[in-house]
Amino acid sequence: MPQHQEQKQLTNNQKKFNPNVAMVLSILLAGLGQIYNKRYMKGISFIILEIAFILATFDFLWLGLWGIMTLGTIPGVDHSIYLLVYGIVSLIIIAFAVTLYVFNVRDAHKQAILLNNGKQPPSFKQAIRNGYDKAFPYIMTAPGLVLLIFTVVFPLLFAVALAFTNYDLYNSPPRNLVEWIGFNNFKDLATIPIWQDTFISVFSWTIIWTLVATSFQIVVGLVLAVLVNDKRVKFKKTIRTILILPWAVPGFVSILIFAAMFNDEFGAINRDIIIPLIGGDGLPWLTDPTYTKIVLIMIQTWLGYPFVFALFSGVLQSVSSEWYEAAEVDGATRWQKFRNITLPHVLFATAPLLIIQYTTNFNNFNIIYLFNEGGPAVQGQNAGGTDILISWVYKLTFDTNNYSMAAAISLIIGLIVSIFAFFQFRRTNSFKEEGNI
Amino acid sequence: MSPKLRSALELTGIYAIFAFMTVIILYPIVWAIGMSLNPGQSLYSSSIIPENWSLEHYKWLFTDPRSNYVTWYKNSMIVSGCAALFSVIITSVVAFSFSRYKFAGRTSALYTFLILQMFPVMMAMVALYIFLHLVGLLDSLTGLILIYVGSQIPFNAWLVKGYLDTIPRELDEAARIDGAGHFTVFWRIVLPLAKPILAVVALFNFMTPLFDFILPSIVLNSPENYTIALGLFNFINDQFSNNFTRFTAGAILIAIPVAVVYLFLQRYLISGLTAGGTKG
Repeated sequence: MPQHQEQKQLTNNQKKFNPNVAMVLSILLAGLGQIYNKRYMKGISFIILEIAFILATFDFLWLGLWGIMTLGTIPGVDHSIYLLVYGIVSLIIIAFAVTLYVFNVRDAHKQAILLNNGKQPPSFKQAIRNGYDKAFPYIMTAPGLVLLIFTVVFPLLFAVALAFTNYDLYNSPPRNLVEWIGFNNFKDLATIPIWQDTFISVFSWTIIWTLVATSFQIVVGLVLAVLVNDKRVKFKKTIRTILILPWAVPGFVSILIFAAMFNDEFGAINRDIIIPLIGGDGLPWLTDPTYTKIVLIMIQTWLGYPFVFALFSGVLQSVSSEWYEAAEVDGATRWQKFRNITLPHVLFATAPLLIIQYTTNFNNFNIIYLFNEGGPAVQGQNAGGTDILISWVYKLTFDTNNYSMAAAISLIIGLIVSIFAFFQFRRTNSFKEEGNI
Repeated sequence: MSPKLRSALELTGIYAIFAFMTVIILYPIVWAIGMSLNPGQSLYSSSIIPENWSLEHYKWLFTDPRSNYVTWYKNSMIVSGCAALFSVIITSVVAFSFSRYKFAGRTSALYTFLILQMFPVMMAMVALYIFLHLVGLLDSLTGLILIYVGSQIPFNAWLVKGYLDTIPRELDEAARIDGAGHFTVFWRIVLPLAKPILAVVALFNFMTPLFDFILPSIVLNSPENYTIALGLFNFINDQFSNNFTRFTAGAILIAIPVAVVYLFLQRYLISGLTAGGTKG
C-alpha cells in the first residue's frame, strides 16, 4: 500500500519536473532546462553566455573549421599554416564549449531528479555558495590550464597535424598552399631508400645511446654510492662533494668544454694525452662516427652519474643496519647482502626517477647537438653520424626546412615516449590518493 | 690472507677509485679555468697552465663596448627569476587542487599531465615559433617566460602533488571546522608545509632557463635580448677556436655561483625529489 502511494506521488511530481524534458530543453538551448527547473537566474545566465559565445566566436570558428578542412584554396592569398593554427584553436575552443554544454545538460537532468525527490531548490545565496565550492578547484587550475593548452597542448597538436601535410621548403605559404597528404610522409620514411637508411641508422643509434649511456650513468652512480657508504671510508663529506661536482657545473658549459678538449687538431686530449703517450696524429674524435659515439657515451656518463649517485646516497643512508646484521647472522656473503638487501631497496625507492633518466636521454638534444652538431656527416643519409631522433628533427626543421617530415618523426618519438609513459603509469600509485572534497 | 690485510687492500682499492674519479672530474674544470686565463684568443696557442696568465678576457666581458655580457646576465636573471616565481605560484595552486579536491576531469587531467611531461618541448618548436609570431611575442623575454612556465606544469604539478599528498588532511579539516575557507586553507596551512618542495620547483625553474640555449635560440634573435647561455654559445658557434678563451671566462663567471648554490642545496633537492617522486 505505501509503495503504491509513493509511486503515485512520484508520477505527480514527474508531471512537475520531468528529467527528460529538462534534458531535451537544455539540449535545444543551454539554460532552458534550468528555467524549466525554476532556477531562473542560472538559466538566464546560461542563455546569455551561450548567445554571447556564439556571437563572439562564430566567424572565427567558421574560418578555423573551413581552414583546417581545406588549408586554403587560393595560393598567395590563403596562408595555409595560419589557417591550420586557427583550425586547431577552433577545435580546442569547441572541445571546451562541448564540455560545458554536456555539463549544462547533465545539470538540468540531475536538478529535475533532485526536485522530484522532494529536494527544495536552494536559495540564490546558497546556490552561489555551492557554486563557489564546486568551482574552486576549477578557478585555481584555470590559469595553469590555459597556459598549458597554449604552450604545450596546442603546439603538440600542431606538430601532429603537420605530420600529415606536405609543408616544406617548396610548399611554403604564402607563395604556395600546403595540402593534406595523409600518411605519405610515413610511407616515404619506410620506402624511399635515403629516408629509410637514415631512419634505421638514426633510430638504432638512439636506442643504443639511450640504453648504454643511461645504464652507465646508473651503474657508475650506484657503485660510487655503495663505495662511499662503506663504513671504513673516511672524509665522506669531501668525497661526496667532489663526486657531485659535475652535476653542479652547468651542463651546456661542460659539453662545450669537452667539445673543445676532444677537438681533433688542437684539443687537449689529442695534444696532451694521446700523442705524447701513444704517438701518431691523435684519434679522430670528431670526424669518425664510432669515436664520436664512444666519447658521447663517456661524456654523458660524466654528466649524468652525479644525480644518480646523490639519489642513491640518500636512499642508502636510510637502509636499516639491522637488516645487514640479521643477514650476517645468517652467514650471508657480501654479494648476497648487496643483491638481496641493498639493490632491491635502492631500486624500488628510485625507479620512477630512473625511468625519467632514460626518457631524458632518449631526447637528450643538448649533448648531441652541442658536442658535434650530430656530426660527423655520413654518406648516403641526411642526418649526421651521431644524430639521435630529436636532433635530426631539429636539423630537418631549421636546416632544411622539411617541416612535415620533422613532424612525422616527432610523432614517432611521441609514440615511443608513450611506451615509457605506460611503464610509469604502472609504477605510480598517486591515483589511489583521492581528493576528499 | 689475513682479514686485516684484505680489508686494507680493499680500502686502498676504494681510495684509488676515488682518486681516479677526482682526476676525471677535475681535469676538464681545471683545464677550462686555465683556458680562461690565457691571454690569446686561439685554442691552439693556449695551454692548461698559461705562461703569462692574464685576466684580460674577464675584463673584456665587463668593459668592452662590444660586449653584451652584462645585458645578457640581466636578461637571464629576469627570465629565470620570473620563470621560477610564476612556476611556483601556478604549480602550487594546480597541485593543491589535484591533491585536495574531487572534481570532474581530475583523473583524466592527471593522466594527461603524466603523458605530456614525457614529450620534449623540442618536438613542438615550429608550432611555438608560429604561435609566438602570431601573438607578437617573438624576440621578447615575455614569450620565453610564458613557454618555460607553461611547459614545466605537467612534471612539477606531479612532483608537488606527490608531496602535498603526504601532508595530513586532518590539518585541513581542522582548519575548515574553525571556519577557514578554501583559500585560507591553501595559504595558511598547506603552503607553509610545502615550502621544501616549492624550493625545489623554484630552483629547477631558475636553473633550466639559465642554461637552456635551444629555446632562446629559436625565440630570440637580437643580441641585446639574448640570455647568457645563448650569448656564450654564440661566442664559439661561429669561429670555434677564436673566441673559446673568452667563452670559458664568461662560462666560469656563471658556473661558479651556480655550482656553489647546487652544492649547498643538493641534499634538499634530493630529499624533495625522492619524497615527491616515489610517492607520485
